[in-house]
This record gives sequence, structure tokens and C-alpha cells, in this order.
Amino acid sequence: MKIAVCISAVPDTTSKINFIENNTAFDREGVQFVINPNDEFGLTRAVWFKEKNQAEITVINVGLADTEAILRKAIAIGADHAVRINADPTDSSYVAQQISSYLKDQGFDLIITGKESIDFNGGMVHGMLAELLNIELIHACTSLEIKNGKAEIAREIDGGTEYLTSDLPIIVSGQKGLVEESDLKIPNMRGIMTARKKVIEVIEPQSTTCKTTDIGFEKPSKKAEVELIEAENLDQLINKLHKESKVI
Amino acid sequence: MAVLIVLESENGELKSSSGELLSYGKALASFMETDAFALSMNCSVQNSIEKYGVQKVIEVHSEHLQSFNAKNYADCVAEVSQKLNCDIIVVSSSTNSKYMSGILAQKLEAAYTNNIVDLPLEKKPFTVKRSVYSNKAFAHTQMNATVKILGLTKNSFGQNVDHAATEIESFELTANIASSALEIKGQDTLEGQISIADADVVVSGGRGLKGPDNWKMIEDLADVLGAAMACSKPVSDMGWRPHSEHVGQTGKPVASNLYIAIGISGAIQHLAGVSSSKVKVVINTDPEAPFVKAADYAVIGDAFEVVPQLIEKLKAFKIQNG
Repeated sequence: MKIAVCISAVPDTTSKINFIENNTAFDREGVQFVINPNDEFGLTRAVWFKEKNQAEITVINVGLADTEAILRKAIAIGADHAVRINADPTDSSYVAQQISSYLKDQGFDLIITGKESIDFNGGMVHGMLAELLNIELIHACTSLEIKNGKAEIAREIDGGTEYLTSDLPIIVSGQKGLVEESDLKIPNMRGIMTARKKVIEVIEPQSTTCKTTDIGFEKPSKKAEVELIEAENLDQLINKLHKESKVI
Repeated sequence: MAVLIVLESENGELKSSSGELLSYGKALASFMETDAFALSMNCSVQNSIEKYGVQKVIEVHSEHLQSFNAKNYADCVAEVSQKLNCDIIVVSSSTNSKYMSGILAQKLEAAYTNNIVDLPLEKKPFTVKRSVYSNKAFAHTQMNATVKILGLTKNSFGQNVDHAATEIESFELTANIASSALEIKGQDTLEGQISIADADVVVSGGRGLKGPDNWKMIEDLADVLGAAMACSKPVSDMGWRPHSEHVGQTGKPVASNLYIAIGISGAIQHLAGVSSSKVKVVINTDPEAPFVKAADYAVIGDAFEVVPQLIEKLKAFKIQNG
């Protein structure tokens, strides 16, 4: 089985989010970039397939040279090949077109992405990929098993779970549930040495246009001070929620 | 040019998010000085939608739309939008909408932006405001394609009642919809419970509750408020509650009117995930917990004493206020 896992580099979940250059650019100072958590759940599931069924894993990232650290981590935890498309991933449509032009005609059985990145939260690339490659997409998956060439999948729906089956190839956009938090792998010394020696394939981007452009950023306005309510005075809380906030 | 509002249904009825989508779509059409139409797939809208004053509702009934299939739904929206000459398409922020809209965007070569929190900032160039970095910031984003798809964040715009006659028109699909390789085997849904995505009120428990056996009072509080239940990441990681209840940056986002956090200290990832909620109430023993600062109201006290009292008082409040 040939698996492609698309990963992106995002600020670690504890990062402070600030902007520079008159609020037009993200302040990368002191920010650690990691594999997008939703992508890492999918990558870890891919490694599980490799350990069980000898799958071959290629990880792909659209990013500049400074994102190679996440590709090396992906190799260290089990990916066989790493590809970097050498471009600044400014827009989902741009990223989807770059990835699809690399993936097409390569015969991948399974393409895994995260359901969304935790930086721009777009969750658009996998749908665009599905349409560009004409492959079925299953979005927001919480479990994935492949048996006799058929995928058995659970996906999140609002208020529950839906169970599906599909022939391969498919695109799966994943999240926690594909594996548990405790299954995430910490690279061991052998993995780190392998990753250090591995050549990352660097591909120059196709020329294509962006459909959206971020022209500026703002931070949420400061909220009002918290109002403390005495534990003995819950009537006051109910009264405020009813009369002032009008939420009950 | 016109605005097309894509409505969602569940068990033959429009989802509760429809009112806000219609209000937004109509305001957007008026901002763009054009018309607003709504699209309902496999659901008869009847007159329930007249109060939102949309001129026309297109109803499409087709065997291909009986259960949700992202590709088929995208095919349907694409055809209707092209026939009606709509170049702005408004969709919700539900899981299914997000599933469909990337496919739709590529099909129409549209610019697609979701998590939008307001009417556009500019008409030309068309610029929207959307939340990014898991609600820790907003981006101003220009959309540079002829067709634009706008995904609206729940509870960001609200509902405007505006009675006007609504024409209901049925529409026959001509698109050749291929049968899907995906086969639905079944669904598990929360029987008689409201989902986090649809809820106006969410009651959430954290490690401060000490163990899964203490969740009865969370259930009771959710019950009296008609609320959905949620939990913090450690609670779901420890297996006290199912993953489907985990809210926060790597869990589900919450955009309810009221969010009540009980025994949750408020890690930065949790606060980000729930920050779109309008009003946040915290019940915690520790006045220094990060969530206290981020809340609108905080009750400093022992949840095991405060919550049962709150349930009783809310019951009395409900009786008094019908």
C-alpha cells in the first residue's frame, strides 16, 4: 500500500499569537513550529499501517526551507520519503494545486491530510484535492482501517458518528481518534539518525494563482473584567444571565 | 449576480442554524445591492422560513441527495448557483458544510473562506473578516475570484426577523451525478441529546470533577438548561468522557451563547477553542485559574456544592419564567 501524508508546519499550540509589520505578518520570533496536530494523528496511523502491512509512506509539505524540521521529524517517526514543494503556502487553493500536481499519476492508495490546520483553520485543501484528483474524500475521520483493499471509516458528524466503507484510493482528512494522543510517537535515536541522513526531495512549485490574500490581522479586543459572583449568591448569576446577557 | 444561501436539514427539517444563515445572506445581498435566494436540498421548507424574508427558496429533491454525500451536494449547489447566476454562496460552519465546500470551491474555481464572523469589510476588493489561529486572531482576507464561497461562524451574526413573502420554487437537477464509491453503513447519534455544534448552551466539565462517576450533576445541569455536554482535553484523554465531547483547539470548537466551565482551569488551547462563545461562566475553586480571567462571570467555590445548588435554582427559575 502506498500512503501519502500531507503535513503542514504550524505554531505549537501554546504559542503566543502576535503580528508585526503593521499587523500584516505573523511574528515568528520565539515560536516553535510543529507538525499540525491533526496531520500528526494521520501520520501516526500511516506508520501503524506500515508496521502492520508494510505500507510505504511519503510525507509532503508545501513550505520554504525552514519547515524541513517537520519533514525530518516525520521521517524519524516512520515515513519513508519526504517531499518539500518549495513555496510559501499562502492560500489553500494554491497548496491544493501544488500537492495535486505532485500526487497525480503516482498511484497512491491512501492520501491523508488533517481535517484542518490549527493556524488558518481552513480545512479546505483536502476537498480541493479530492476534486482535482477525482478521488473520494472522507472528512473529519475518527477511525480508519483497511481490510482486503477496502477502507472502513468512521467520520464525525454534528452530534454523532457515521460509519462508511469505500474502495481505494481515498483521501482521508483526519483528527484525534485515528490514533489516540498516547499513541503519538516520540522519535528514537535510530529514527533521528535515519532522518538526519535522508535526502528530502525538493520540488519547485507549479506556477498558479492564489484565490485569497490575507492583507492584515487583528487580535480580539480586550474583554471586560470578569465579574465575581459569591457561591452563596447564585440567584444573582441567574439574574444576570437572564436579564443582562439574555442567554437563558 | 446574486447570493445563494445553502440551507441544511436533518430528519426532514431545516437545521436551527438556518435562521442565522438566512439573516446573514439577506444582509449580505443588501450590502452587495443584489438578491438573495436560498437552496434547500431534500427538505420541504414550507412557510417556516418566511420570517427571514428571503425572496425565493429553491427546493431540490433527488434520490442522490437522500443522505449527505459531499460530492453530490457540491454538484447540486454548483448547478443551482450557475443556473441562478449566483456568484456569492453562503454556507454554514457545520462539519458537513466544511466537507462539501472545499470540493465545491474547486468545482467552481471559487475563492472560499470560512470561519467568517461579520459582513464583508469591503466590496471592492471583496474583503472578509475571518477568525484564524483557533480564535486567537482575525484575518482580513481578500477573495479574488468571480465566484466566492463564504462560510459563516455560528452565532457570529445572529438572526433578524423580517417577514416578507417567500416564493418556493422546485428545481430539477440535470447534472449527471455518478454513484458514489462511499457506502454508508450506519450512524451513531446522541439520542435525545443536543450536539455541541447545534447547542445554544454548553456545559463542560474538567479534571476538577475528580472522576467519571461525578458527571451526573453535569448531566443534570445540561438537562435543566437544554444544553450540550462537553469536556476538557485531559478528561477525554483519561477516558472519563468520549472524544466527541472534547472541546478546544484540537477538539471541537464551541460557539454557543453560553458556555459554563466547571472544574476547568483553562489551558490556552481550551480557551482558544471556546472563545467564540458569547458568555462564559466559570465555576472553580481556584481564583487564580487562567479561565477565571477569561470568563464573564466566575463563581469561586467547590463545584460539588455550587452545581447542585445551581441546578435547584435554575429549576425554580424555569418554573417562574415558564
